[in-house]
Amino acid sequence: MSILVDRNTRVICQGITGKVGEFHTRGCLEYGTRMVGGVTPGKGGEKIADLPVFDTVAEARDATGANATMIFVPPPFAADAILEAVAAEVELVIAITEGIPVLDMARVLPVVENSKSVLVGPNCPGVITPGQCKIGIMPGYIHTPGNIGVMSRSGTLTYEAVWQLTQLGHGQSTCVGLGGDPLVGSSFIDILSLFEKDPETQAILMMGEIGGSAEEEAAAYVKEHVTKPVAAFIAGRTAPPGKRMGHAGAIISGGKGTAEAKLEALRDAGIEIAETPADMGAAMVRAIQQKN
Amino acid sequence: MKIHEFQAKDLLRAAGVPVLDGKIALTPEEASLAFQSLETPVCAVKAQIHAGGRGKGSVQGSEQRGVELAKSADDAFRIAEGLLNNTLVTIQTGPEGQVVRQVFIESGCDIKQELYCAILVDRAAGSPVLIASTAGGMDIEEVAAKTPELILSEPFDPDRGLGAYQARLMASQLGLPTASWRYAVQFFQALCKAFVSLDASLLEINPFVLTGDGTLVALDAKMTFDDNALFRHKRVLSLRDESEEEPAEIRAAAAGLSYVKLNGEIGCLVNGAGLAMSTMDLVKFHGGEPANFLDVGGGANVEQVTEAFRIILSDSHVKAILVNIFGGIMQCTTIANALVEASKTVGFTVPLVVRLEGTEVEEGKKILASSDTSIITADGLTDAAQKVVESIKA
Repeated sequence: MSILVDRNTRVICQGITGKVGEFHTRGCLEYGTRMVGGVTPGKGGEKIADLPVFDTVAEARDATGANATMIFVPPPFAADAILEAVAAEVELVIAITEGIPVLDMARVLPVVENSKSVLVGPNCPGVITPGQCKIGIMPGYIHTPGNIGVMSRSGTLTYEAVWQLTQLGHGQSTCVGLGGDPLVGSSFIDILSLFEKDPETQAILMMGEIGGSAEEEAAAYVKEHVTKPVAAFIAGRTAPPGKRMGHAGAIISGGKGTAEAKLEALRDAGIEIAETPADMGAAMVRAIQQKN
Repeated sequence: MKIHEFQAKDLLRAAGVPVLDGKIALTPEEASLAFQSLETPVCAVKAQIHAGGRGKGSVQGSEQRGVELAKSADDAFRIAEGLLNNTLVTIQTGPEGQVVRQVFIESGCDIKQELYCAILVDRAAGSPVLIASTAGGMDIEEVAAKTPELILSEPFDPDRGLGAYQARLMASQLGLPTASWRYAVQFFQALCKAFVSLDASLLEINPFVLTGDGTLVALDAKMTFDDNALFRHKRVLSLRDESEEEPAEIRAAAAGLSYVKLNGEIGCLVNGAGLAMSTMDLVKFHGGEPANFLDVGGGANVEQVTEAFRIILSDSHVKAILVNIFGGIMQCTTIANALVEASKTVGFTVPLVVRLEGTEVEEGKKILASSDTSIITADGLTDAAQKVVESIKA
């Protein structure tokens, strides 16, 4: 068991004929992911990395039985690519693309919500269940199969955390990159509820950052619903005020959004805090020891 | 991307939002002429800079405020003279302030009540949201912190727009007289439409006013746009005023890099915003002070990384550089080649600490080892942060 993806997940790549899409399709294949095809409108019939390319997601799905898609489509067309995957009822849609206009995502999210699909991202590294399935751009070798669920708003910070866990001898059940954009599909809470239910996951490590209130909401959820040990790190404790989103950004969250407010909410929920980014793996170990 | 108040008002006027007549002036003479041509008993003379808090801010070395009322053409001349080519310091500019290059001369109006409204994308609601408060003209962050109940909010679908009922609800909660509700519907709906059609990320009107005859008017306008959507807004892009931006940040943006200048001594070059922020946190934790935030992004090439080094080194305060790369899309070989290339073309005059991990790390390390570039290599985050802080002390 794991969450979202495993060795049976059948994956297509939207944007497979682009340089980046092809590079990472090959990377996923090398890792052992069951890549079964790709989609680029107008390039149906071609082959990339020995995989069939289709013109539409619906065709690709019908021909390959794909139940997951990895999206590398350029930003102006990426929202449409997500909608196409949802319309074709692909169960798991992972959007790697960085730079999608935020209002495009505001239009996409209600459609995803009223569908059977789960969206992860955009602007995320993807999802990996070590030893079974990697969908995305993360370097595979830093991961080890195991029992820690990892989730984060930041790609490279996730790699850092996973690397520390692996070096401390703690493998990962599944690692989920939620994405760094203001509007993303899956939230910390969505993934927390999956990790809590997953028998393979014994503890959870999360990485948040300043801005918004997703970490505060996650903390409240942990307090109420999560029985497993949780550790967290918040990036941006020293980010200076004044270099921020502007006046109104602070209003909606009213006092939330600063690193200090997030850390306080996390501590209040009994979550072990990593004081520095070098302390993430160790904080997870402390959280496990405390619960035992 | 930010624009000036007068530019935002042009966009809003075209979108059907009531704004007052005004003229831009680059000299005191033009300000005086503008006053005469507007034919009103009183005008506001407003400094145009990309920062808020102008009304309470003042010009360095004088009592002059960023926004003042003029009752005559001579008044307008004098106020404009005090502002133009002088440095205005507000709560948002920081102590160094910003030079005023143009002033906006705007007609006065009969103000009965000042109110606040803004539109932004609410992460929790997943949609744009109109927020409003009776606390117009105030520091809205203070209002939010002390009396959040005074701030009203209405989320809306970007394509359906704000419902007339939502606008009336807002008008009712703001205590506007019922005779003004039809103006409120027009005002709020036009603002929401402008926000969506222009892909704004923030549209703030502080204040908008209820006039003596019951209509609503936007007295101020602050607009910020979603950089990711500028590709479909040529008109908005043409309003960019680069003289208002940090030169190094413009240069970085042109190279596809995300750079924010800070005041420390340790230049940071990192891939990924989260790791970049964390690296700054760690430098500070070990007693150093970061000179910048720099995210080279996921797929940077050798040219971009070389430019990143040039930008960091263009800051004369930088005494050492910390490179922290955890390769994903970014391959460690790219950063290693760029380091070697940059040392040839740019030349490193300060200590350089490099920590590489991730995709193609072994090949990357080999490239560095076989070059004659002088580099302090580090294993892991703490080692890297400690070494870069020590390199300055030495």
